[in-house]
Amino acid sequence: MSEGKETPILEMVGIGKRFGGVTALTGIDFDLRRGEVHGLVGENGAGKSTLMKIIAGVHHGYDGEMRIDGQPVHFRSARDALAAGIGMVHQELSIVPQLSVAENVFLGVQPTNGLGVVSWGRMKREAREHLQLLGIDIDPSRETGTLPIGMQQLIEIGRVLFSGARIVILDEPTSALSPPEVKHLFEVLGRLKAKGTTFVFISHFLEDILEVSDRVTVFRNSRKVATVDAASVDKAWVIEQMIGAGHHELADAMLGEIRLESPKGAPVVFSARGLSRPRSFADVSFDVKAGEVVGLYGFMGSGQTELARALMGKARLHGGTVSMGGQEIRLRSTADAKKAGIALVPESRRAMLFTHEPVYKNISISILERISRLLLKPAEERRIAQGHVDALRIRPFSVEPEVRKLSGGNQQKVALARWLTHLPRLLVLSEPTKGMDVGAKDDVVKIVKGLKEKGVAVVVASAEPETVLTMADRILVMRKGQIAQEFAERGVSKDQLLAAA
Amino acid sequence: MNADVASAAGREGGSIGRWVAGRLTNLAPLVTLLFLVLVFSLMAPSFATLDNLGNIMRQVSITAIIATGLTFVILTAEIDLSVASIANAVGIVVAYFTLQETYVNIANVPMPGAVAILFALLAAFALGTVNAVGVTVIGIPSFIMTLAMMQIGAGISALLVRGQIAYAIPDPVRFLGSGMMGPFPSIVVVACLFLLVGHLVLTYTRFGRYVYMVGGNREAAEFSGVNVKLVIAAVMIISAVCCGVAGMLGVAYYGSAQQNEFDDYLLDSIAAVVVGGTSLFGGQGGIPNTILGLLVLGVLNNGLDHIDIDSFLKVLIRGLILLLALIINVYAQRLRNRAA
Repeated sequence: MSEGKETPILEMVGIGKRFGGVTALTGIDFDLRRGEVHGLVGENGAGKSTLMKIIAGVHHGYDGEMRIDGQPVHFRSARDALAAGIGMVHQELSIVPQLSVAENVFLGVQPTNGLGVVSWGRMKREAREHLQLLGIDIDPSRETGTLPIGMQQLIEIGRVLFSGARIVILDEPTSALSPPEVKHLFEVLGRLKAKGTTFVFISHFLEDILEVSDRVTVFRNSRKVATVDAASVDKAWVIEQMIGAGHHELADAMLGEIRLESPKGAPVVFSARGLSRPRSFADVSFDVKAGEVVGLYGFMGSGQTELARALMGKARLHGGTVSMGGQEIRLRSTADAKKAGIALVPESRRAMLFTHEPVYKNISISILERISRLLLKPAEERRIAQGHVDALRIRPFSVEPEVRKLSGGNQQKVALARWLTHLPRLLVLSEPTKGMDVGAKDDVVKIVKGLKEKGVAVVVASAEPETVLTMADRILVMRKGQIAQEFAERGVSKDQLLAAA
Repeated sequence: MNADVASAAGREGGSIGRWVAGRLTNLAPLVTLLFLVLVFSLMAPSFATLDNLGNIMRQVSITAIIATGLTFVILTAEIDLSVASIANAVGIVVAYFTLQETYVNIANVPMPGAVAILFALLAAFALGTVNAVGVTVIGIPSFIMTLAMMQIGAGISALLVRGQIAYAIPDPVRFLGSGMMGPFPSIVVVACLFLLVGHLVLTYTRFGRYVYMVGGNREAAEFSGVNVKLVIAAVMIISAVCCGVAGMLGVAYYGSAQQNEFDDYLLDSIAAVVVGGTSLFGGQGGIPNTILGLLVLGVLNNGLDHIDIDSFLKVLIRGLILLLALIINVYAQRLRNRAA
């Protein structure tokens, strides 16, 4: 193919974008070729989402020029962008789980008869045909929410395509998928690109990007670092481009083999025997020693998230026993768990922060009953909180701003700081570094190390292999709600983990 | 020291515009209040008098006591639609246990005044507990649970008085509801006391903090180990007890206990809390907001009586002004959230 001469389907020249005084993008030249998958990588805040939002019509005040098929365009809204053939599939899917597959495919544009009544027969028939083109053979009257996430995602991609998109932006499409689902997605992408659809593929999963993309563009600090043919580079090179120098620990975890070492002779703090909860996990038994970090790794939906919630008393256990320091405890509520010395940092930041309250109230909430009986002691709260803000380098270095004004990584640190004043005996972290950039991830790893040294037993549940590999001393791999394999006191690599899950 | 420097820096950093935007939810009802006072003062010479100020204070006192409890409930993002109904029922309970004149045809059970008051308070507590259990243990949404309680309260009222009107109430209740404490009407003093205590509890106690946190983000409160259900149960009971007191004093204030006596107070108390700027979604607002809302409502209700307009039009005007106040609030809140 004479790619060099063909007019790019989309071309951007000298794109710059500022938010107030902050530069989000500067001097970006970017182009998409018809029928390619274009991978986009970079840390959070590097600028890739901002660029995609400009393409998708979300941001419209920017410098530089965008051309589609050689014609200059300037979108005022996402609707404009869609009319020009640009669609976006967000990480949080926008399908409606209660509706049927056909209704989701035609959401908002149901085929109607002359009277404006939805013609269900036609809708189902067309939905089935459309989906078959993607290689999906599914009953269009099924309730979408009952399908696996991977299938829901394909249905959403289908919807974007049927609404006329020629360029589809996929934001982290594989983060919730199991390997077979990823494989299926890639097959579908391959088939669609052969027909001329262009994809932008944004992901933190570098293997996925390198496998599926024709070209890859790397962003760092609001700038484009490079655009290269995916076949000509490897993961190590991409990581180096993404993060620059430093952050070796994490780079190692992404690349090499980790040696696990459990604390020998430390007392067992927590033990679980035969825990089960229908449709989540079954017959799960494990111990955690003082100062030990146990990783629970599994693909999304393997049960580790629900297990973490159950340990905090948030999801009811239907069988099995839990004991702390040899004493059997009951976990009927989060208050029970807290009384037993168990703390959980759940997977979503929204579930742990009071965004409209100042930082210090967010940090002090879990220790209020220790520092005050009846009356609050705001000065004491501020003093403790300020200590954490300084120690964890939470920016800005103040305890007064409302948490919603902090960046995502700093919010996560605030959530962790809550458990550092009066240490829990068992800390359960669910997806502690999800969606964080490398620097903030490093900080979280350091915080967990600090806790470990103080003898806190830690459970880290995650679907990201890097997360458990960087933090855990011992890794339990969960598959379909059961512990499939344990890695302890020997080398383990990401490949081994993935193979076991 | 560090904290002081940092917070001072933060304060200097924000422009005046941002400071105003950040406080709009408080300023909006204040502006509404000042606007209403100005308009009524210009339109009716009898409005802006010391005498009338006393009237307004007396007129909002019962609403104030109910709204104090309701503020707790709304701060946790719950709602209590049974406030007026519980107030009515408890007011009737206290009369039911008081010896009535012979011409009052009610099969009542006379008790000493203190016992009657105790029974009435217990009744309020019990009704609040039923609300609390329904919402927290059984898991009925508070909107539905208290809707049912609204009917139950009305039923209790109907059964106890059977269409009759009772007049006699214990002396302490009569004193607090219609007597004077020095130069001040006692009901105003009681209302102020309720608002003050409510404010102190919400601002300076651990429980108060939990109320805000549960309303701000229930899931996060739960993950922080706060006993969310206990907090919600407590606010439902606090609300019912406030209503009970308001109901007893209301009977004294009006001089009679009968069915449907408090019907207007449901809308008035919710309006007072919300117009004042407390968010129906919980976590933001407080007693100072409620006080502003009470004054807006009191001035509005009172002022409309002073100006010479079609009395049938007044209800509509009142509704429209309340709507306007709510619209201003919503925009103020949006601006505040954008001022990040």
